[in-house]
This record gives sequence, structure tokens and C-alpha cells, in this order.
Amino acid sequence: MNIFVCVKQVPDTETKVTPTADGNYIETSSIKWVMNPYDEIAVEQALSVKAANSDSTITVVRVGGVKDTESLRTAMAMGADESFLVQTDDILDPYATAKAIKGAIEKSGKTPDIILTGWKAIDDDNVQVPQILSHMMDLPHVSVVMGFEQNGDTITLKREVEGGTTEIYDVTGGCVVGCQKGLNTPRYPSLPGLMKAKKKPLTTLSLDDVGVSSADQKVKYSNFELPPVKPEGKKFETDDSNRADIVKEVVGLLRNEAKVI
Amino acid sequence: MSKILILAEAAKDNVKNVTFEILGKSAAHNCDVAIFNELPANAAADLAKYGAENIHVIKGDNLDKYSPEGYAHALKEFVAANGYDYVFSGATSMAKDLLPRVSAMFDSGMATDVTNFTFDGDNFSGTRPMFAGKVLCKVELTGSAPHFVTVRPNALGLPDSPAAKAGSVQDAAGNAGTIRAAIKEIIKGASEKLDLTEANVIVSGGRAMKEEANFKILDEMADVLGATVGASRAAVDSGFAPHSMQVGQTGKTVSPTLYIACGISGAIQHLAGMRTSKVIVAINTDPDAPIFTKADYGIVGDLFDIVPILTEELKAIM
Repeated sequence: MNIFVCVKQVPDTETKVTPTADGNYIETSSIKWVMNPYDEIAVEQALSVKAANSDSTITVVRVGGVKDTESLRTAMAMGADESFLVQTDDILDPYATAKAIKGAIEKSGKTPDIILTGWKAIDDDNVQVPQILSHMMDLPHVSVVMGFEQNGDTITLKREVEGGTTEIYDVTGGCVVGCQKGLNTPRYPSLPGLMKAKKKPLTTLSLDDVGVSSADQKVKYSNFELPPVKPEGKKFETDDSNRADIVKEVVGLLRNEAKVI
Repeated sequence: MSKILILAEAAKDNVKNVTFEILGKSAAHNCDVAIFNELPANAAADLAKYGAENIHVIKGDNLDKYSPEGYAHALKEFVAANGYDYVFSGATSMAKDLLPRVSAMFDSGMATDVTNFTFDGDNFSGTRPMFAGKVLCKVELTGSAPHFVTVRPNALGLPDSPAAKAGSVQDAAGNAGTIRAAIKEIIKGASEKLDLTEANVIVSGGRAMKEEANFKILDEMADVLGATVGASRAAVDSGFAPHSMQVGQTGKTVSPTLYIACGISGAIQHLAGMRTSKVIVAINTDPDAPIFTKADYGIVGDLFDIVPILTEELKAIM
């Protein structure tokens, strides 16, 4: 099987984010970058698909800056076989990103049997690339996947939707699968894995190589700013003697001042 | 004046509230509503009241339940045939899955999960959270029409004085095309409550809940308030609650009218996920917990002392 995984490098969730002075993006110099947590789940799923299907290879694709070689090496240290980086410092929109990934997949010379992605990236939260990519690749997609079971040629996928409801899909043939937390527990790369990853092939492509131009940007992001600061609220200390009165007071404020109950 | 289609989804006897929010905000344009399969009983009258010109019910083979390909194919044909400039929807599970695929069919752009928007003539400009709400940015759609937008539920609010339109209901024949990934089964969630992403009131528990069983005191308060119960990542990682209840950057981003945080210290990734709540109440033993910097009303104390009293007080007035 030709297994593809798309990964992205994002600021760690504990990162404080500051807009740049011109407001065109965020300050990136002092950020701790990690692999998007949902992409780690996609890599882990790729490894279990490979384990269950002999003669499989895992190819990892990323669109981003030079820093992004790190997440590609991590994926290869976890067990992926080779990587493609479409290198750009531009902030691409979902359409251009999906088109670049498609271009890289074509450059690999392999036809994907399955493409695994995180269901979203925790930086831009767009939730678009897996779906756009699947249309461009003429494949179906199932996203927010929490269960994955392969029986011969058929894959059964559990998709989480709102209200705790689960949709169960059967897919035969290729598919794009957007992975959600709960599907598996991603492994940590081992030390020998990290050593091996250094020798695995990593091909760098340009946007030109994958046929992406400025005409592929359909969305413009600007005016990055911090959300408005909330005025300081009211804080009440409680002890055994005043607890009931304080709670009563807060309930009164919710009703008469905030008018939310 | 733009021609706008708003994709609605059923919620009990009506459509989801976010449809009315979008209608109210788009009153200066020609707005139609589309829904798959069936229009809930009370929807036609309310959609007309909030300004829907036409209401299209898209029906056809293999459209009785959702599939990304089938719905995308049918919606693409419907939008192309009617020449819409914009397609809006609430940022629901279905729309977030479906609209990017449809936007790709038109090679056009999409703005996800906007919390506000304006039109300059026919040009859309939205505000959206990035990095789970740690920053806001402006989003514009520079490709060709139709453009696609999803709107966060509860963010716009309902208009004070909506301008009614005809709201004439008609069926539209939908063509699902070829479906390769089809739903074979839907397992309904046990909860009758609104999803966290749509809830008007949320009661959330953190690590200080100590164990899963203790969430019942939050359930009791939630029942009084008609609230949905959430959890912090610390509570989910400790096994007190499932991931579907997680509020934060790697969980759900929420904007209820009232958010009550119980025993949640307020890690940056949690604050990012709930800071757009209109009113925040925090209960925590640590007076220096970061959650208090975002709280409108902070109660320093043990949640196991405070929550039962709070539930009784709420019961008395609700």
C-alpha cells in the first residue's frame, strides 16, 4: 500500500501568541514548534496500517518553512519511510496548501491508497485542507475519525459529530482520513529511530515545482490582533461563615447585573 | 446586493439558531435558505420572520443521510444553478466537513468559523479567531464567487428587530452523484443536550474534580440551568471525562452566554477555547489561578463546598 501522511508544524499549545507590528501574522521567532497533535495521530495510524499490510511505504508531506524538516524527521523517526517538503515561507491558504500537497504526491511517483491527516491544525483551525485535498485527488474523505478498522479491501471508519453521535462509514478504495484524538496513542520516536531518520530520503520542492502560484490564494488574512482585554471582574474570598451569602450575591449579580440567567 | 444561500440544519422542531443569526446579519442582501431532506415543523414561519426570501428543501436519492460526497455534489449543482455569490452556514460538524469540499469544486475560497462579519458593498470581510482565539484576524475572500463562510454559533446574536421576507418553501431535486464513502450506521449520542459548540450555558470541571463520579454535581447544576457539561484538558487527560467534552485548543472552542468554570486553573490553551464566552464565573481554591483574570465573577473556595450551594440558589430562582 502507498500510505501518505500530511503533517504540519505548529506552536505548542502553551505558547503565548503575539501579533507582528504590521499585523500580517504572528511573531514566530521565540515560538516552541511541535508537530500538530492531530498529525501525530495520523502518523501513528499510518504505522499501524503499514504493519497490517505487507509491502507498504509511508510517505510524509509538509508544506512550510525550513523549520518544518523537524516534524518530517520526527515522523520518519516514528517509522515513516520518506518525506517531501514543499518549502515556502509564505502563509498559504487551505486551497493553495492542498494544491501543493497534491503536487508533492504526484512528484513522489506513487498513487496513494490512503492519505492520513490530522482533522485540523491547531494554529489556523481552518478544518479545510483534508476535504479540499480529497476533492483534488478525486478521493472520498471521512474526517474527525476516532475509529479505524480494516477488513480486506474495506475500511470501516468512525466519525465523531456533535452531541456525542458517531457516524460509521465503509470505504473501499482510496480515501482521505482526518484523524481525531482518541483514535490511537502516538508513540515517541526512539533513539535508534531518530538515528535512522537522518538517513531516510527527504526531498525539498519549491512552490514552482508543485505548480502553485499566487493565483491559488483564495483567502487573505490580515490585521492580526490580540482579543480585547476584559475589564477586571469581581472576586470574592469565601470561608465557612460567608460562603452561603457570597454564592447568593453572585447568583443575584448573574441575574440583575449580567442578566444571563 | 449579493445573492446569499444559507445552509440550515434541523434541530428538533426548528433549524439551528445560528441560521437566524446569519439571516439577521445579512439583511441588506437577498438571502435564501437551503436544507437537506425535510424542513422542521416550525422552521418556515421563523425563517420568513428573520428574512429568508426562498426556502429550498433539497431532496433526492441517497440524500436521506449525510455523506461528504453526496451532499457536496448536490449542493454544488444547486449553488451553480442558482448563481449564489455566497454560501453561509453555522460552523457545525456537518458544515465544517462539507463546505470545504464544495468550495474546492468551485476552486474558490472559504472563511472558517468567523465570529463577526460585514459587507462593504458586495465584499465580505470577516473576523476570525486563530490559534484557538489567542489572536483575532481579518479574513477576506479573494477568489472568484461563490465564496464560502461558516459562522460560529452564538457569536453574532439575534437581531433586535428582524425584517421579514416571503419565506416561500419549495422542493429542489438534488443529485448525490457517486458516493464512495457512505454512512452505514449512525449511533446517536445519549445526551439530549446541545453540543458544547452550540450551548448557551456551559458548566465545566477541571482537575480539581478529582474523579469521574464527581461530575454528577456539575450535571445537577447543569440540569437546573439547561447547560451542557464540559471539561478541561487536565480533567480529560486524568480520565475524568471523554475527549468529546474537552474545551480548549485541542478540544472545542465555545462561546456560550454563561460559562461556569469549576476547579479549572485556566491554562492558556483552555482560556483560548472559552474566552469568547459572554459572562464567565470561576470557582477555584487558588486566588491566583489564571482563570480569575478572565472571570467576570470569581469565587475563591472549594468547588465541593460552593457548587451544591450554587445549585440550590439557582434552583430557587429559575
